[in-house]
Amino acid sequence: MKEFKVTPIRNGTVIDHIDCGQALNVLRILGINEHNVDSTVSVLMHVASQKTAWKDVVKVEDRELDKQTVDKIALISPKATIDIIRDFNVAEKYKVLLSDRVVELVRCGNPNCITNKSEPVRPEFDVEARDPPLLRCVYCDRVLEEITENLI
Amino acid sequence: MNFKDMDVVSIRDFSRAQIEEILERARSMLPYAKGEKVTRALEGKVLGNLFFEPSTRTRLSFESAANRLGAKVIDVSQTSSTSIIKGETLADTIRMVEAYSDAIVLRHPHEGAARLAAHFSAKPVINAGDGAGSHPTQTLLDLFTIQEELGSIEGMNVIILGDLKYGRTAHSLAEALTVFGAKLTFVAPETLQMPKDTVEQVRRLGGDPVITDDIEGEISSADVLYITRIQQERFPDPAEYQKVAGAYRVDKAMLREAKKDLIVMHPLPRIDEISPEVDETQHAKYFKQAFNGIPVRMALLTSVLGVDI
Repeated sequence: MKEFKVTPIRNGTVIDHIDCGQALNVLRILGINEHNVDSTVSVLMHVASQKTAWKDVVKVEDRELDKQTVDKIALISPKATIDIIRDFNVAEKYKVLLSDRVVELVRCGNPNCITNKSEPVRPEFDVEARDPPLLRCVYCDRVLEEITENLI
Repeated sequence: MNFKDMDVVSIRDFSRAQIEEILERARSMLPYAKGEKVTRALEGKVLGNLFFEPSTRTRLSFESAANRLGAKVIDVSQTSSTSIIKGETLADTIRMVEAYSDAIVLRHPHEGAARLAAHFSAKPVINAGDGAGSHPTQTLLDLFTIQEELGSIEGMNVIILGDLKYGRTAHSLAEALTVFGAKLTFVAPETLQMPKDTVEQVRRLGGDPVITDDIEGEISSADVLYITRIQQERFPDPAEYQKVAGAYRVDKAMLREAKKDLIVMHPLPRIDEISPEVDETQHAKYFKQAFNGIPVRMALLTSVLGVDI
C-alpha cells in the first residue's frame, strides 16, 4: 500500500517539483505566516523525486493562486507544477511558465538603477532565459543576480 | 531608413544597418560641422539639453551640433538650479521639458534614467550617459572615427585598454565593434577587466576576445588602441593606483613596435594614461575623435527630428 506522508487535501493548491531548498521562499511568496492562515499548510522538504533527485512540495488548503503569485514561484523554481484541487480531485494541473517580460515581481538589484530612486515607474525585466531564470532590467540593462533577495 | 521620433537610449537598440546609415549621414555633415558650409535645417526647433552630471565634450558638442543646424538650445547644467532640488521626480521634469522642446538630450547619474525619460516623453530622447550605464552617442562617434581613419571596421584588431570594469564606453563599444566584425583584445589588470556579462555578450555576437593584462605583447598587431581612463577613485590604496596607472601609460617608446597606421583613441578626459609626447605622433586621433562628436550628433539630431539635409 502507498504510504502518504501528508494526507490529501479537499480543496486548495499543491505546488509540486519546487527546487530543493526553496519551499520556505515559496511560503514567503504566498505571504504565509503563523498568524494569517486558518487552513492547513503542509511543507515537504527534500522529498525523493522521479524527475529530479530531490524536490520540495507545498500544499495549501482552501486557496488558489493568482497569476502574479505563480509567476513569482516560476522565478525561484522554474520546474514547479501547480495542481488545483477541488473536492479531492485534481481540477487543473499546469507547469509554471514565465512570460517574456516580468513586471513588478522583483526589484532591480542595482542600487543606482532609476527604478530604485522614487520615480513613478514599475521595475520591469526582460526574461532572457527561464531555467535558470535570467532577467535583464529594462531600465538599467543589468542582469539581476539575486532574484530571491529582490522579490517584491 | 526612418529614424523620426526614435529614442537613442542604448547602442543595442540599433541594427548594424541603422548604425551604418547614421555613420553615412554623419559623413555628409562634415562640411557643416567644420563651418565650411552653412545649414538652417533645424531652424525653429528647440533642443532640451539636460545635464544632471558634469560633462564638457558631450554637452558642448550637442550644443554646437544644434547651433550648426540652426536649432535653439535650452539647457540645465546643474541640478541645483532646477526643481529637482525641491524633490521633483525626473519623470515630471521630463514631462515639462517635453512640452518646451522638440528633442531631449539627457545625462543623468542614475542608470536607466534615459529609458525612463523615453518612457515619459513622446518627443525623442537621446541618452548622453546614464551613470555607469550606456553612452550610445560616444559609441557611434568611436565607430565613425575608426571608419573615417581606417576605411573600415571589419577585421580590424582593436585593443581596448584601461578600466574596462567601470568604464561605460568600453562595454557598449566592445559589443558594437563585434557586430561590425572587429577582433578585440581586452587589456587590463585583473581587477579592472571587462565584466563577465559583457564578455559573454561579445561571444554571443560571434566575437572571440583575447583577455590579457599585457599590453606590450599585443601592440604590434593592433590597428586601433582604444584607451580609457583608469579612475583613481576606484582604488582604496593610492599606491595600488599608481602601480596600475604606471603600467598602462602609453608613451612613444611603447608605440615603437606599432604599425605605422595604428590609431590611438581615448574618449577623454585623459589624466595620465597617454603621455603628451604621443599627441604629436601620427597615431594620435583623440582630439579628432572629440571633434567627430559634432557630425555624429548632427546626424542623430536631424534623423530623430525627421529632417533631411
